[in-house]
Parts: sequence; structure tokens; C-alpha cells
Amino acid sequence: MTMNNQGRPTSSGSVNENEMPTISGDRGLQHEVSLIFELGRPGMTGVDLPQVQMTDKRLGGLRRKGPVGLPGLSEPEVIRHYVRLSQLNYSIDAGLYPLGSCTMKHNPRLNEKMARLPGFADVHPLAPQQTVQGAFEAVGELMKWLTTLTGMPAVAMSPKAGAHGELCGLLTIRAAIEARGEKRNRILVPSSAHGTNPATAAVAGFVVDEVPATEDGHVDADALEAKLGPDVAAIMLTNPNTCGLFEPRIKEMADAVHKAGAYFYCDGANFNAIAGRVRPGDLGVDAMHINLHKTFSTPHGGGGPGAGPVVLSAALAPFAPLPLLVHDGNEFRMIEHADEATDGAKPFGRMCAFHGQMGMFSRALTYMMSHGADGIRQASEDAVLSANYILASLKDVMSAPFGEGPCMHEALFDDSFLEGTGVTTLDFAKAMIDEGYHPMTMYFPLVVHGAMLIEPTESESKESLDRFIHVLRTMALEAKAGQTARFDGAPRLAPRRRLDETAAARKPILRWKPKELPQAAE
Amino acid sequence: MRYLPLTPDDRAAMLAKIGAPNIDALFRDVPKSAVVARSVFDLPDTQGELTVERALSKMAAKSRAAGSLPFFCGAGAYKHHVPSAVDHLIQRSEFLTSYTPYQPEIAQGTLQYLFEFQTQVALLTGMEVANASLYDGSTATAEGVLMAQRITKRPKAILSGGLHPHYAETVETVAGLSGTVTRSPVTPGKAEDIIALIDDQTACVVVQSPDVFGLIRNLKPIADAAHAKGALLIAVVTEIVSLGLIEPPGAQGADIVAAEGQSLGVGLNFGGPYVGLFATREKYLRNMPGRLCGETTDAAGKRGYVLTLSTREQHIRREKATSNICTNSGLCCLAFTIHLSLLGEEGFSRLARANHARASALADRLADVKGVSLVTESFFNEFTLKLSKPAASVVDALAEKGIVAGVPASRLMPHDKEARDLLIVAATETNTDEDCDAFVHALAELL
Repeated sequence: MTMNNQGRPTSSGSVNENEMPTISGDRGLQHEVSLIFELGRPGMTGVDLPQVQMTDKRLGGLRRKGPVGLPGLSEPEVIRHYVRLSQLNYSIDAGLYPLGSCTMKHNPRLNEKMARLPGFADVHPLAPQQTVQGAFEAVGELMKWLTTLTGMPAVAMSPKAGAHGELCGLLTIRAAIEARGEKRNRILVPSSAHGTNPATAAVAGFVVDEVPATEDGHVDADALEAKLGPDVAAIMLTNPNTCGLFEPRIKEMADAVHKAGAYFYCDGANFNAIAGRVRPGDLGVDAMHINLHKTFSTPHGGGGPGAGPVVLSAALAPFAPLPLLVHDGNEFRMIEHADEATDGAKPFGRMCAFHGQMGMFSRALTYMMSHGADGIRQASEDAVLSANYILASLKDVMSAPFGEGPCMHEALFDDSFLEGTGVTTLDFAKAMIDEGYHPMTMYFPLVVHGAMLIEPTESESKESLDRFIHVLRTMALEAKAGQTARFDGAPRLAPRRRLDETAAARKPILRWKPKELPQAAE
Repeated sequence: MRYLPLTPDDRAAMLAKIGAPNIDALFRDVPKSAVVARSVFDLPDTQGELTVERALSKMAAKSRAAGSLPFFCGAGAYKHHVPSAVDHLIQRSEFLTSYTPYQPEIAQGTLQYLFEFQTQVALLTGMEVANASLYDGSTATAEGVLMAQRITKRPKAILSGGLHPHYAETVETVAGLSGTVTRSPVTPGKAEDIIALIDDQTACVVVQSPDVFGLIRNLKPIADAAHAKGALLIAVVTEIVSLGLIEPPGAQGADIVAAEGQSLGVGLNFGGPYVGLFATREKYLRNMPGRLCGETTDAAGKRGYVLTLSTREQHIRREKATSNICTNSGLCCLAFTIHLSLLGEEGFSRLARANHARASALADRLADVKGVSLVTESFFNEFTLKLSKPAASVVDALAEKGIVAGVPASRLMPHDKEARDLLIVAATETNTDEDCDAFVHALAELL
């Protein structure tokens, strides 16, 4: 029993405060939140707008016949609803977020402030170009940072996320191959690749051919070379790879790919390990997307938005998609149609309406200017150092399949240390939630059994890392000692216990429906 | 560097624990020739907040913000007032700095708003189900075409001439690989005879309403004709506020709705990030692209939400997935859904009426100017004018006078001769009487 500073006991005695039901159903700061459709009352609104008179004569006989079905709430009710919802979320601001391959680093608030400058945010994509020169300048400046850091001559800015960037890269490669009068339909993808790689290759109309991994977690360079042939368009390689390792034979592989007339697409999801220290252009990369929401700290926002600019080699640069930003010595100009393109450019088409994720560009540029080239290099080094520190501190109690050599910015463990304990990777991860941590990436990459991929990023202090290591060590030792109570059915202390995902998929309920109405028929 | 918590002593202690003599030892697998020195990068060093803020503010000031002058651009991106509460709420750490909700026990905040968002999108569009967003309206349209090709197992997509040209080009980029894309001729202010193009190889017809010129299209006859030939109708909406006043595509027979949600909560952002809305019929659910949030219960029997039907998605299905999308527009969904929750039924209806009334009044006044005629008979908050001079030069001349008059159609379709004199004008609740007066007078002086 502990005492507070008045000397009174603070324990509630015999009652287990975790078990005692409350009258409201809420528990302290944790509130149960109704669906917004279960709140409000007709006629109420949180926005005061005038009641305007109008006629139907210009609506083409298509005026909406019934109500939309939206609830009416005042502003304080709306704010309370979303604030309470927010309190059910874990976040990087609140704790270490060790999701491997996701790079959950600190999101500086200066980025948010700069992105909201009216000259960047309150600008229309089709406003006369002479009126938006400031926004163009920011894009141009970001392009300079990206091409300089990667050692690549060009960058396509319009892709809206990593997977969209992959598609942009592969379509650029397709255009370059067609321009040579060739047809190549096979893409080599390592078995350790992110799921987006094969999915993108399929969307881009290619056949996916899988390259195996070696025992030590690298792409099998010999198998890769054996698969090269006149029908191979490209290889999609993540480097550092998804096992958290740098591919030591990368230049050799790039040379072989080029010699076979194919291109080297690099998945840049793990650029945070090498930015400011290694230039992908020097490794023989022809195209690489950069997840601005990973390496350059634009917020993940619960799943987006991201941005996936694609840097391109000289061989691919002419085929970059529309639009193209150029500077004619006097001012910036956006080329929006293929026949306006200059300098031999042959854009393959358009990835999306307008010209990319400006709101992410301004945030990423702010991050880069804040860090500077020296800070970006230091950040990469700290990310790699922190991952290696975790690997070195845990590999005696958790099993690290490639734990001998150094890793890059993420440390990979498998579930062999849990063998015979009855505890699974999932149980282990869910028990971390009760300890106040977001779990690491689980069951990815697919090339190891029961994978646990930990990426601490450069944003954690040594004290934070030490505490995290202490918790994981203790958990691993307890599991091995047969003390498995904390893993059984974890988490217990989160806003929800484990959720029934099977039931959710078997009979999907994907929207709220008013009770009195029957379920919509097929 | 203020964002990096490790001290030199920490780094030394950590290297000692690892057993590495220095940081370079951790990069030993990197080919020596690929490691570059700091001096190789012609880029500045670390800078403090004040310095960065000064530099970027100076840069931003070289743009003329839409809110700083009479402003009438639309054509797929619309200036609306976003209530202050929206931007405050989306900047809460728990929303802003969380990841995709793959651990539902500690992500119910995100999951519940996605469930509410899906419901709102389904209600607005008159459809049965909606997903948790795609990147934007144009990529949502392209995903819709791919989905229609999968469902019908037919190759051909027919795009209305009234579809925003950027959307049409985006569709051609991806759907041209898996099938064929045919564009119907551009007929400003009139509905083309798209029905005549539908045949037994047609997977889908893609029609935007209000179209790129602002014209409200009657979708019902097109839906009926498409269905009679076994094809699907994809309805595209670039101005979601229009659905506060116009019959939703779902009620007109659409099979898939792809829309841009930027008008609610998101802002102009120079073209992105925006939020792609995607809705369809329940029977096509398993062919949908993108994330879906579903209701379920937890081990204690409490209602909760999870990402579901993920066997459609790339992280499970890899090359057999329905789409390669991973990251979506999470935070923009949140902005959208908060704005719509604040509006509610009454506010949303009032907003739509205010937009239509403002645009109608402006169209009447502009049509009275000598050298101007109104091309679009029916419209929501955007209409097209035919001018006696090339529209691009008129826009440039008015920009000189501090008025952004709209989007010249020639910027979107430079090869269409008819487009040369057409000006696409949008008016929303943000345009004041003074803005409209200034526009009318300046145009009268110029023509």
C-alpha cells in the first residue's frame, strides 16, 4: 500500500479498481463514444449559415428529393465527440512507436505551421501561374533537396504516396523500354518485398517473378542474375531491405540488371537509414520513390496522406509524367501538356489531377531546411545506431535470425525464442500494449517465421530506449520461464480487448444504418 | 539538432554496448565508393526555427492566396470556408501522429471516425457502401474503371467528354494498360450522346456531374442504357457540396461513385493532399479497392471497429490484390468528416443553397456583360461563359487587376478549338457581393 502526501492510504482496499463497473460505462479519462449518428437532434448545426432563397430553375430537374440523413450537432458537441475519439488512439507524440518499415519519427510542429502559410495552403492548382510563384518555388526547392540527397538528376513530384510512386516509376520504365522499340513484361521482385511491390507491378501490366532470399536475409544475387533475360523490364528492390539489412552486393546486382537491358527500381521506404550518407544514384538506381511521410517526417495522420516523389536516372528522366515544373531563368512554369514539353521530354502521361501533395511538400521542405544536410546525416546515423542498440540489447533473450552483423535502421526478430511457451508473436505484441507501447511490425517480412520488426527511429532518447529494452527483455524472460499470464488474452488495459476480426470479415458491417430501416438489399 | 535526443555520450555508450568502434562500422555493408562526405551535398546545415520560418514565409509571400482577392477558380478544386474547429481537431497529436490503425485496441479513435466517414460518404452519394478513402477524385475514378473491368471482365471504358481532362488522363494512364479507354467528344454546355457508344465490350461509362463545365447531367438514362448492355455506370463528382442540392448518383442508378472530397474540411492546398471518396453497391464489395473499416465486438463484448476484408489488399494478396494502394488520405478524411459533422443536415443544405444562389446571381450578371454568353443552362456553383476574346488572355489581364476570374477551358483542353473562348467560373459562399461587383465591372471594361 502506498501513501499520498497527506499520509492517507491511496489504495481502494479490497476492491479491484480495474474490475469495478462504473455507472456511466466510462472509466476516468477513457470515455465510451457513441457513433455521431446516435447523437444530435434535427435542425441543430455547428455552422451558422444564412437561409438563402433560391429557385430550382437551374437544377435541370434534378433537385435532391430527400434528406441526406446527417445528424445535427452544435460545435461543442462535435468537438467533444472528436476529442474523446482522439483519446482512444496511441500516437508517436505519446510514446515510442516501433513499427518496422513505417518510420514513425517525430513530426515537428514547425512543419505544420509552415504548411498553413496562405501562400502554400490557400492556393488553387489552376490559378494563373504568375500568381502562384511562391508555391512553385517551394516545390522547386524541395526538388533540389531530393535530387541532391539521392544523387539523381530528376524527380517526378506528382505521386501521392509510396505505392503511387512505385507505379509512376514502373510506368516510366515501361515508356523507356517502349521508346527503345522493345517489349519486356517481367519484373523481378524479391520474396522479402513490401506487398505494394508485386501489387504495383501487376497494376502496371507486368508479370511478377519472385527472387528468393538467402539464408542470411539478403536477396539472392546469383538467383537474380540467373533470372535476368531479354523479357525482364526491371527489378524492384528495397534497400536497405525489409530484413533491416543493406544489400552488400547491390552494385553488382545493378550492373547485371543494366547489362541485361533492364532497369533498377528501388523501393525507398527505408531511405531513413542512409539519407545524407549514401546516394542511391551512386548505387546504380534508376528510379526510387521517397515516402515523405517516412523519411521526411510529414505526419502519418492515421493512415495518410503521404507523398511519393520519384527520383529518376538520366536514362529515365525524359519519360517522367506530367506536369513538369521548369524555371526559365525568370519565373517558374508548369508544363501541363505533352506537346509543350521541351528538351526532348516524352512524358508517359499523368498520374493524377493537378500536381501532387503540396501540403506534404511544404512540411518535408521545412524538415529538410531545419535539419540541414548535416542533421539529415546525423538522423540516419542515430536511427541506425538506435536499431543496433536494440538488437544488441535483446538478441540474447529474443531470437534475431540475422543478429550477427550490424543491422540498418530496423532490428528483425523471429518467434523461435517463443517456441514451446504457448505465446505467439501476436500475444507478445498485444502484451506490449498493456505496457504502454505500440507493438512492432508483426509477421512481416514474410521470409522469417513470426517476424517482429522493430524500428525505433532517431527520435528516441537513450533513456526511452533503455526503458523499452527493459520491458521487452522482461517479457521475453517471463515467457520463456512459463509465466505467460500477461500474454493470455492481452491487451487488458487498452480501450478495447482483442477485437473479433473474423466476425467483422464474415458478415461485414461497414456503415451505420438507422434502426427502423431494413438492411439494404443486394 | 533540436529533434535528435541522443548526446555524444549516449552515442558512445551505445556503440560500446553494440561492440562497434564507431558509427562507420555499422555501415560496413555499404560499398565504400557509395559513402559520400558531407561536403558532397551543396545544401545548408541545421537551421533554427526562426531562420526557417523567415525563409519560408518570404517564399510563400510570392504567391497570391485565394483568400486575399476576388477569386473564382474551380474546375475540380473549390474554395470553401472551413470552420476553425476542423483544423484544431485534426492537429491533436493522437490523430496527427498515429499510424494506420493496424492495432485496433489502441486505434479506436481513427477506426470509429473512418466508420463514420464511410457512412457519411454512402449517405451523400446514395450508395450502399463506401471505403475509407483513396488519394483523390482522379485516382478514385481510375480505380473505379479498373474495378469495373474486373467485375464485367470486359476491356472498354467510355469516358464522357464532360469528365475533367486531368481525370480522363489519369484513367488512361492505368486503365489503358488493362483495357481500352475511349473518350466521347467534348460538348460544352450540352450532354453528349454517350449511350450510342456503349457496346457489349463496354465495362463502364464514366460520367461527371456537374461536369467540368459545371453542367448538371441526368445520369438515369445513361445508367439504364449501360445496364441493358451489361456495363456499369461510374458517376464522378468533383464538387461534393453539390450533393446537398442535387439528386445523388446512387438514386440515379450509378454502380460506382468516385468523388473528390476536398471541398469539405481540406482546403485548396495547391492541388493536394485531397481525399478520394469511393462508394459502390454492396454486391461489388469484394472487388473494391482500398481500406475498409468494419464494426465488430471485442473479447469483452463491447462494440468496436477494425480494418476488414483485407484479403483484397496488397499486404495480403500481393500481385493478386484489387489495388496497389496502401497509404490513403486518413487525416483528410478526418477533416472532411468533422466539417460535415459540424454542418449536419441543416448546415449542409444551407451551404449548398448558398453556393447555388451565389453562382446563379453571378452568372446572370456576367451574362449581361457585352461579349459574354452563358454556355451552361443548369449548374450548381460553377458555370461556363463564352467570351468574345480568348479566355486565357482575359484571365491574365484580370489577374493583373487583382481578380482571379476562373479557369480558361484551354488550360485543360488546349487542342479543342471551341475551348479557346470558354471560361469556367466557380462561385461559393466565400465570394462576397464586392468580389462579384469587381469581377463584373472589370470584365465589362476588358471586353
